[in-house]
Amino acid sequence: MSDVRDVVIIGSGPAGLTAAVYTARANLAPVVIEGEPSSTSDQPGGQLMLTTEVENFPGFPDGIMGPELMTNMRAQAARFGAEIITAKASKVDFSERPFKIWVGNPDAEEPTYRARAVIVSTGAQSLMLGLEEESRLIGHGLSTCATCDGFFFREHDIVVVGGGDSAVEEATFLTKFARTVTLVHRRDELRASKIMQERALANPKIRFQWNSVVEKVLGDTNVSGVVVRDVNTGERTTLDVTGLFVAIGHKPNTDLFAGQLPRKDNGYLVTVPGSSRTEIEGVFACGDVQDDVYRQAITAAGSGCMAAIDAERWLEAQHHA
Amino acid sequence: MSDTISHLSTSTFDEVVGSSDLPVVVDFWAEWCGPCKMIAPILDEIATEQAGKLRVAKLNVDEAPDLARRFEVMSIPTLIVFKDGQPAKRLVGAKGKSQLLEDFAEFL
Repeated sequence: MSDVRDVVIIGSGPAGLTAAVYTARANLAPVVIEGEPSSTSDQPGGQLMLTTEVENFPGFPDGIMGPELMTNMRAQAARFGAEIITAKASKVDFSERPFKIWVGNPDAEEPTYRARAVIVSTGAQSLMLGLEEESRLIGHGLSTCATCDGFFFREHDIVVVGGGDSAVEEATFLTKFARTVTLVHRRDELRASKIMQERALANPKIRFQWNSVVEKVLGDTNVSGVVVRDVNTGERTTLDVTGLFVAIGHKPNTDLFAGQLPRKDNGYLVTVPGSSRTEIEGVFACGDVQDDVYRQAITAAGSGCMAAIDAERWLEAQHHA
Repeated sequence: MSDTISHLSTSTFDEVVGSSDLPVVVDFWAEWCGPCKMIAPILDEIATEQAGKLRVAKLNVDEAPDLARRFEVMSIPTLIVFKDGQPAKRLVGAKGKSQLLEDFAEFL
């Protein structure tokens, strides 16, 4: 039987790694199940691994690249002895203590880890458009990672879909390479922060296709155009572009916890307000997986700290009980 | 980094890839690509474990944009497996070790 660990952390974005730093420094020898590399779904390091410059994380007056920030957080957790496992949790059983966590084959009789406390920090992942042609065109003009792929669109005309911070930030970043960037947004105003909006609106390379949604991506082997529909008039326009970047929002990674932890209608985990506690005593949740309001790297890191302290105090209380 | 991994450039690419008796996995990567960094240690392990069956080589697209264009790489990481000097399989995007080994299985 596998040893019982004090703390297992599932997920390795700012929330999970902050929880790892804190629990490691509290001598709880945490295991972090960080996930598996992927360019299209969740991945070690979380959403910042696919972003560009992070300008609003305190402590970096000149900004820092998202992947670098996460590499630093991981090294910091490792420095204090967090054990980081590059694999995906495939099943959990929170019905009895110690909690059981499987990595790899979910049908294995024995769980891979048993834990007195579990911190869930599996985050959220980008939504795709849900078009049939998407999977075929990923890597052939359709991209889910502006930092990774912007370089290949030098002097191309491209489209960015979305109106929030990530979309506007990507559009601005991509003007370093692209000839023109068309931001396609379903409303007539942006949801992004004011500073990002002003920067994008003032950028001569960015044009805006308001009140529009992407209906179809053209191209057999490579993206050769994007058909957009005006949501008010129904009028269709074909944009003559060779690149498409999608940034239309996120969904929480909570499939693993179906039937184990209560979820809201929108899929986010439920926590007791002002804490990281879930309905299951000893299971804590932090970061974007339980945050459908703020969803920032710094709030994720802050809630990771809360989860670590909640877990530490709970374990302590168990010990004395 | 593993000694078994070679670094290709525009001037060495054809010679190294073309003259190899073994299949060569070429990892198109760059310093600024987060997912590329995620899979680098995995490729190191695979290069060591599969030595004698498969070769792994890295190609920095910043240093060799012409080769990225030649093989129509538009997203990184892209892994292209070359057999007898010809591209035989292309994998786009970061993946875990078990998935990569599955994708390489036909060459092992």
